[in-house]
Amino acid sequence: MRADGLTRVFNHDLVAVDHVAFEVKQGEIFGFLGPNGAGKTTTINMLITILKPTEGTASVCGYDLTKEANDVRNCIGVVPQEYTADEDLTGQENILLCADLYGIRRDISEKRADELLKLVELTPFKDKRVDTYSGGMRRRLELACGLINRPRVLFLDEPTLGLDVQTREATWNYIKKLKQEYGMTLFMTTHYLEEADTLCDRIAIIDHGRILVIGSPDDLKSALGGDIITLGVEGESDITDLVRGLKNVKEVKKQNGMYLIKAENGDVTAPIIIEALRRNGHTVTRLSLTRPTLNEVYLDYTGKSMRDTEESKEEFRAQRMTLRRARRR
Amino acid sequence: MSQSNRSGNPFHGLWALTNRDLKKWYKEPFQLFMSILQPILWMGLFGKAMNIGAIFAGNPNIPPQLAELLMTKTFGTSDYFSYMAVGMLSFVSLFTTMFSGMSIVWDRRFGVLDKILSTPVARSVIVFSKLLSATVRSMVQAGIVLIIAVILGLKVGPSFTPLNIVGVFAITFLICIGLSSAFLMIGIRSTRWETQMAVMNLLNLPLMFSSNSLFPISTMPDWLQLIAKLNPLTYASDGIRQLLVYQMDASQLLVDFTYLGVFAVVFATIGIILSWKFLSK
Repeated sequence: MRADGLTRVFNHDLVAVDHVAFEVKQGEIFGFLGPNGAGKTTTINMLITILKPTEGTASVCGYDLTKEANDVRNCIGVVPQEYTADEDLTGQENILLCADLYGIRRDISEKRADELLKLVELTPFKDKRVDTYSGGMRRRLELACGLINRPRVLFLDEPTLGLDVQTREATWNYIKKLKQEYGMTLFMTTHYLEEADTLCDRIAIIDHGRILVIGSPDDLKSALGGDIITLGVEGESDITDLVRGLKNVKEVKKQNGMYLIKAENGDVTAPIIIEALRRNGHTVTRLSLTRPTLNEVYLDYTGKSMRDTEESKEEFRAQRMTLRRARRR
Repeated sequence: MSQSNRSGNPFHGLWALTNRDLKKWYKEPFQLFMSILQPILWMGLFGKAMNIGAIFAGNPNIPPQLAELLMTKTFGTSDYFSYMAVGMLSFVSLFTTMFSGMSIVWDRRFGVLDKILSTPVARSVIVFSKLLSATVRSMVQAGIVLIIAVILGLKVGPSFTPLNIVGVFAITFLICIGLSSAFLMIGIRSTRWETQMAVMNLLNLPLMFSSNSLFPISTMPDWLQLIAKLNPLTYASDGIRQLLVYQMDASQLLVDFTYLGVFAVVFATIGIILSWKFLSK
């Protein structure tokens, strides 16, 4: 999948996605990260052929987004942000409905539905109406629906929004299991940073409709300049110059009587620093080591924490709806 | 995915989507019950209470023949209940198609529409399924209301044959296609069901009263007559009356059918084109 200068303008002047370009390799989990209203959902909606790009193009599974939209639709699966399963139908009926929309023959779709229901462990509930399902069960049902056509690329838009920690974890285990089983490419948006960190092979950080950076979570973290060692020593003497001369140390700052040391491979460097200080007659009183998380990377690029105020109305409404439905049980 | 897994039948998706809407209705007997309760209450209370025939027949100064003549001259039949019971069939069509227009609002709001749009199902099929489910629903409900009307005392006219029932359903079909297209056009653009609800409440009674569903056009003031003559419900009610309770006037029936046919085709075309445009934004 590759996107080239993908742009979407709403109402002639609101640029939601601004010349976005990226490439997703076969079989990888690609994460789209960004504050609310950054253009994540708009990008996904273009890639799944719901929205037409104002400018630029993209190819999914080798098919052109605008010229071969139906081929694209056939080879992708979509797990939307909202719970879209029909509450009045049973779990199984919902999956079969999805299959019908792909025009899959009934004898095949029934077999696949059974298989998928088993995989997401909903078999005991398959004849129960969806309005009796919990939030986690609904997510799993959405997953199963998204996989009914054996997609080569699965799109997940905020797949764990509104789920509690346990359910979130469980959902991810299902997603990993499904990915293993069917070996597809995953494209997801999220704003849970730890989720992106542990799951995604590569992430793109997007804000104001532009991609700010693309890379693997580890690369992005080390690009920030390494780990932070915080150190306190006995006495008043200044150790800045001493530490600065050591291997791997990149930067030393004194702040409130503590030394903030930016260093590569903090876990190896810290003992070296302690040893050097001891040899020079200093006693280390305190030490802590912080590895940068994706949080720091994220803040470094977007320059702000999660925003609430600039949320697009539509997205906000959808979120609230999903949350409300998730909580209802 | 290999092509052999697919049925290759474009009606596959159409039936799946139509059935989805219909299932919500036939699997829920309460909904079905509620939706036919209203016309039954109208027939039972309004139709029986407004016993217009009795005003004349109960008056000793008016000879029974004259009373009968006055009724037939105004309503086309001496029995007001039969007259308005037929109007109830239009009423059912109007209300059912209106509420079906709502379902697209829900689908949009909950993201279901987006989900459907991401599948290869043809965009026109999405629109068609909505029209079809509304129409099937209305026709079944109209059938039930018709049976109840007969039980409550609908008197069929002298030219009635069982074959006319087919004609009644043909008329119901045409009016429903036209009306549901119109309501779909309104519904597909709104994300708030409150808006849709307000539009419906604004439209339903005026549409009923500006037609001959409950009272004949001939007694209306000129300006209202003009509106009533444009109102497709007028032609639906008249057509059904020609088939069920009147001495059938073939040329008038032809006019009714033609008007409804044009109404259905024009509105369905506009509705489908507009919705299609909207869906491929």
